[in-house]
Amino acid sequence: MHEYALIQALLRQVEKEAHAHNATAVHRLTVRIGPLAGVDRDLFVNAYLLSRPGTRCHDAELVLTTEEVDWRCAVCNAAIPLGGALVCPTCLFPARLAGGDAIVLERIELEVFSHV
Amino acid sequence: MCDVCGCGDPKLVPVDVHARLLEHNDHGAAHNREHFRRHSVVAINLMGSPGAGKTALLEATARRLRGFRQLTALAGDLATERDADRLRAAGIPSSAITTGQACHLDADMVHRALHHVEWPEADYLFIENVGNLVCPAIYDLGQEANVVALSVTEGEDKPLKYPVMFRHADLVVLTKTDLLPVLDFDWAALKDALARVIPAPRLIVVSARSGEGMGAWVEWLEERRVPLAAECVSEWGKEDLDA
Repeated sequence: MHEYALIQALLRQVEKEAHAHNATAVHRLTVRIGPLAGVDRDLFVNAYLLSRPGTRCHDAELVLTTEEVDWRCAVCNAAIPLGGALVCPTCLFPARLAGGDAIVLERIELEVFSHV
Repeated sequence: MCDVCGCGDPKLVPVDVHARLLEHNDHGAAHNREHFRRHSVVAINLMGSPGAGKTALLEATARRLRGFRQLTALAGDLATERDADRLRAAGIPSSAITTGQACHLDADMVHRALHHVEWPEADYLFIENVGNLVCPAIYDLGQEANVVALSVTEGEDKPLKYPVMFRHADLVVLTKTDLLPVLDFDWAALKDALARVIPAPRLIVVSARSGEGMGAWVEWLEERRVPLAAECVSEWGKEDLDA
């Protein structure tokens, strides 16, 4: 249930950005979560819906995107097929994770007033 | 236009952030790590499911290293200080981190707990995480290495079921091997499962009860001290270490 802790971190980051931009409201948040991030997407959304009342995100839509799991050879950078040993079949070198574990706040859409 | 301050109509502004949600924790973990390295303390984040034998492993480690190395520990638990009590009884100065409802330790919890235990003089700081194979994996605490304890009764396919946890393991310690004679343990299945989730799996097999394998575990721990000492020399100078 660390998803609740992650949502608290998300709300803090959004608040910081909103304050820095003098925003009056937050319309949309986009968060990228990889399959190896250790985050349950449904729990994450539920935690957001439960936590946002009373915050600047109370009406903001949460958009979740994902990324592919990408293991690469640390030597030749060849893609390592999933489902087998995490070793390069050519170099016999252990793979490195190049993608798939992200928990990243990508973008916020803020409502601001333009001074004229 | 607004009649009060003269501002224009509201407009939507997209802001690209690209920030890790764990940025605050990562910052705290880096701070902890700096402290540990400055004092040449090897910090080990010991994770595993409830009942995997984490506390028993540390008790056996204390017996093995008594008079040779100074150990200290932080013990995370949802409720009670039982693990910390056991560790203190085994001669390891320890502080409990009672998390309440939190299923994992984070860098701030560790930092706060460091104020309650004499760790700077220790050789090793063991951070016994909350028993859980999911949540603790994604939180950096400032440790030098992640160790996952897996008991022989949990099943050889645990790494496949909990890939995120095992992927973060610098070492997997298979515990309670004194029970192997009464189990149909499939070694090939375990090694295959580890190879599918960890690029270069390292496995040590121990029984805290009989002491079997404890030598390999201690040897692995001692290996962690070497790069740390080298880093201290390059970062702060030999004089600082000798002082």
